[in-house]
Amino acid sequence: MSVRHALLGLLSEGPKYGLQLRQEFEESTGDVWPLNVGQVYTTLQRLERDGLVESDGDGDDGPQKGFRITDQGKAELAEWLRTPPDLASPPRDELVIKVLVAMRLPGVDVGEVLQVHRRYVVELMQQWTRLKEDEAGFDLTFALVVDAELFRLDSVIRWLDAADGRIKRAGVESPSAAPAPVLRRRLAVRR
Amino acid sequence: MNLLELNRVSKSYGQGTSQVHALRDIDLTVDRGSLVAVMGPSGSGKSTLLTIAGSLEEPTQGEVLIDGLSLSRLSNNDKARLRRRTIGFVFQDFNLLAGLTAVENVSLPLELDGTTARRAREMAMGALEELGIADRADHYPDELSGGERQRAAIARAVVGDRHLLLADEPSGALDSTNGEAVMRLILAACKRGVAAVVVTHDAQLASWADRVVFLRDGRVVDQTLPPPSPEALLSPVPNR
Repeated sequence: MSVRHALLGLLSEGPKYGLQLRQEFEESTGDVWPLNVGQVYTTLQRLERDGLVESDGDGDDGPQKGFRITDQGKAELAEWLRTPPDLASPPRDELVIKVLVAMRLPGVDVGEVLQVHRRYVVELMQQWTRLKEDEAGFDLTFALVVDAELFRLDSVIRWLDAADGRIKRAGVESPSAAPAPVLRRRLAVRR
Repeated sequence: MNLLELNRVSKSYGQGTSQVHALRDIDLTVDRGSLVAVMGPSGSGKSTLLTIAGSLEEPTQGEVLIDGLSLSRLSNNDKARLRRRTIGFVFQDFNLLAGLTAVENVSLPLELDGTTARRAREMAMGALEELGIADRADHYPDELSGGERQRAAIARAVVGDRHLLLADEPSGALDSTNGEAVMRLILAACKRGVAAVVVTHDAQLASWADRVVFLRDGRVVDQTLPPPSPEALLSPVPNR
């Protein structure tokens, strides 16, 4: 997640102090993504170095130092908003790798491995959903962040279910039953 | 107290080599006021579990108790009465009667059970009001949106003194906003003391439940642990 651009976004509303930026950042993400104050100041220093923000001069570096977005910063923010995040190259997903490894190991019940992860993810989803129960204390920003997390976790469950069905149909319960599948296409994997 | 209890329930269809085991040795208890979700792939026995819990089908082996009463000891008439008075069903395709308005659909089971037409209508209107569709009471199902139809179906399932709600894919083909609304309604019924079992393949719906039970090849293979406080999610996590 880009703390850098989130801070530029907050500064586009008007000049702010570092501590204020931290507080507003946490509020604006429904307190889901905590930010330490050191991270705020390091990011601000870099933004200033790159000419995207200006501060109240060279003097005091303390909490009373104010920051403003520059025109260059506004342009950078506008461009970032419209630049899609990198979804093109699949991430090296640890869960996928665990399942691929499980399929090769003798004596491992892949269905059981999938279920361990399915239960864990559903339990996480129950926790997130509980946050939605109290509709009164559920503001829009928070709702969007919680939804994003639930949809992300839901997609993991869907993959686990799809993998379960596919492996069952292929009759792969243990390596003796079938050879490990060969990945015919090399995927560009980031990281 | 357990409102619904399944003890070593098995169900098989056919005989000999063509015998199919839909459920095997299912133990499941649902307390008053609690919401249990049953998840599993299609063919895992989810719907069979629900029809047996709702006395629509009999188990091949094992016992089902509702409110401490063993279904095997009830006559067919007693079971029908139990279904009218105690159990509410919500189906994926809503199953509203097309020739009746929303309020008539909700009041019908009450009238069949001997409530006067006037009293049944009052109670049905109360249920529709609670679900926010009282203004649609005199519309026929084909004049209602998908979300409204599902609300009417839920109203019918909880009207009167029913305290066991059995729902099969209750969000049907509704979008996620309406799906969430359906689960909020079921949860609200649970807060009033109803015990609910929701069968679904949708993890987002299941995650509204107090407990999620996983079914596979007719067996309960796993269930979630009681969730910790959601605040655990909001504790500082580095690099998030």
